[in-house]
Amino acid sequence: MAEPAEKETPKVLDPGLETGVQRLTDERIEQVIRAVLDNETGARFKAYVETCIHCGLCSEACHYYLSHDNDPHFSPVGKVKQTIWEMLRRKGRVDREFIKRAALIAHTECNLCKRCAQYCPFGIDIAYMMSVVRRIIHRLGVTPLYIQDTAHSHSVTMNQMWVKGDEWPDTLQWQEEEAQAEIPTLRIPLEKVGSEIMYSVIAPEPKFQAQLIYQAAVIMDVAGVNWTMPASIGWDNSDMAMFTGDNEIMGRIKRTHYETAARLKVKRIVMGECGHAFRSVYDMGNRWLGWQMPPIPIVHAIDFYHELLTSGRIKITKKYPSAVTLHDPCNVVRGGGLHEKAREIAAMLCEKVVEMHPNREHNYCCAAGGGVINCGPPYKNKRIEGNRVKADQLFNAKSRGAKTLIAPCHNCHSGLHDIIHHYEIGLDIKFFGDIIYEVMEKPEA
Amino acid sequence: MHTLHAFVTGPLAWLAFLIFAGGCLYRLIQLLVEVARSERFIFSYMSLRYSLRSILHWIIPFGTVNWRRHPDLTIVTFAFHICLIITPIFLLSHVVLWDEAWNLSWWTLPDTLADVMTVTVIASCIYYLIRRMVRDEVKFVTYPSDFVILAIVAMPFVTGFLAYHQWFAYRWVMILHILSGEVMLAAIPFTRLSHMVLSPLTRAYMGSEFGKVRHAQDW
Repeated sequence: MAEPAEKETPKVLDPGLETGVQRLTDERIEQVIRAVLDNETGARFKAYVETCIHCGLCSEACHYYLSHDNDPHFSPVGKVKQTIWEMLRRKGRVDREFIKRAALIAHTECNLCKRCAQYCPFGIDIAYMMSVVRRIIHRLGVTPLYIQDTAHSHSVTMNQMWVKGDEWPDTLQWQEEEAQAEIPTLRIPLEKVGSEIMYSVIAPEPKFQAQLIYQAAVIMDVAGVNWTMPASIGWDNSDMAMFTGDNEIMGRIKRTHYETAARLKVKRIVMGECGHAFRSVYDMGNRWLGWQMPPIPIVHAIDFYHELLTSGRIKITKKYPSAVTLHDPCNVVRGGGLHEKAREIAAMLCEKVVEMHPNREHNYCCAAGGGVINCGPPYKNKRIEGNRVKADQLFNAKSRGAKTLIAPCHNCHSGLHDIIHHYEIGLDIKFFGDIIYEVMEKPEA
Repeated sequence: MHTLHAFVTGPLAWLAFLIFAGGCLYRLIQLLVEVARSERFIFSYMSLRYSLRSILHWIIPFGTVNWRRHPDLTIVTFAFHICLIITPIFLLSHVVLWDEAWNLSWWTLPDTLADVMTVTVIASCIYYLIRRMVRDEVKFVTYPSDFVILAIVAMPFVTGFLAYHQWFAYRWVMILHILSGEVMLAAIPFTRLSHMVLSPLTRAYMGSEFGKVRHAQDW
């Protein structure tokens, strides 16, 4: 009789982690942990560690915790316990296995969405604590390979996707020509010094979502916006280095982005529907560089579309007929307060908006953001299984009539796409830009 | 016995109050100096309006989403903290001591009410103890020190209750009561009980961040 097949949990094979930890010695681990905790953290970190009363009230804020049937290993404070507290308690004397586990927790079990900060009675910023762990992991060289690769790309090319210097203007020209079939006079202005707006995107757009640039160009053209895009580096507003804890590279990318806008003498930077990039230009990168607020006003697409629609520069021919539900991305809602504007746009564009619950600042995360989806295929299933509550939430919205899901953030978009497929929810996913492009008044060709 | 009593009510009481007041002040100043030294940017984001907005929401029972999610814990937590602070300050027998020593006196609680409030604190501590042992998400992050802290807080109230009702060796219970009160006072600045002074600041910073930069609610 054959033995029953052994149930084997597939081991994650991530060379970034596996070979990374092989290179570590106990002394190196201790030295790096102490260097980060002693020199790179301050009063805030100390206050967070010492104020936490171990009450566990942050637990239910976390989609990983809720999706894993309230397994305390996934609660925000549980993750802090398994990483920061242990590092502090053992004064940095932890082993390779610990570091590997810490890397997995900080990189693949936390999206840095900050929902827990809204559930902690003391306002402890647990996402910040996880960022400190990621910083340690970065300095130890144990960052998951896929996201490390994007950070390398940032470092070499100043964009996230290894887009070469000539590929960028080439892609813009291609999209301009495509769009000219629809609007013959349309241009994608390059290097137009003194424009009102510099439009910046994330590198995945030219890499494999070029139609988004097409749509943005049509919207800009029809609205008569005085805009430009740079032909040089600085066009990419994305930032995976921010999520790997590579603050130095984060600073370089953001400086390039702002300096490009300054060189073009624009009044504002408008960015596409991306959440993490907003976090980088509005929250993290600018502060790392010493600017209290962004040196050049940053306008997220939601804000910009709102402006175009309310000022009548974009008119709607016919409202989007299918009922939509709106996902509030953490970085622009909990990070930028754009939830009401997003609702107003949705109401202006669509026949019917079905609210998902919870919503606004309390919305569940997509589980893709914070660099988690960028850790790549080895963690895809973990990411999807770690967000069952999102599936329930979406399914509930669907059961109340929603047919289309609007996710105004790239990471959310991709993450929710995976969730919708895996759990067979059957919702279409759209950006606001997709819908605006579809329902807006365009000149007759 | 008399010497012991004189010792705990004399030098030791002085010491406890000094450690408490000095310690709290030290923790506050230390925090601010450290912020000024290493994270000066924090000051530039602080906003009185948004700090108070956030603190206010969190000190109102059921004023936040998370308080509403845990009605039992919310009721216990608010009752516990109110009784914990109010009872010792306005207890008649304590005010008498202030009066005798410093000729200072103020309004006092009726004894029966004070008794009920004491029992509330003790019952809350039992609730917290059970919660720590029963709920997985709390148990997982519980250290022995959490029980010690809970005991430090419960002891003055347990002994105070026994002393008031004079059920056991009154004099010894009284000495224990005074001692445990002193231990608690001295422990506040240097244990997680320091959340008494630090948590308004962490809350204020998060409130300011959310209000001023993120334009979102943190409750």
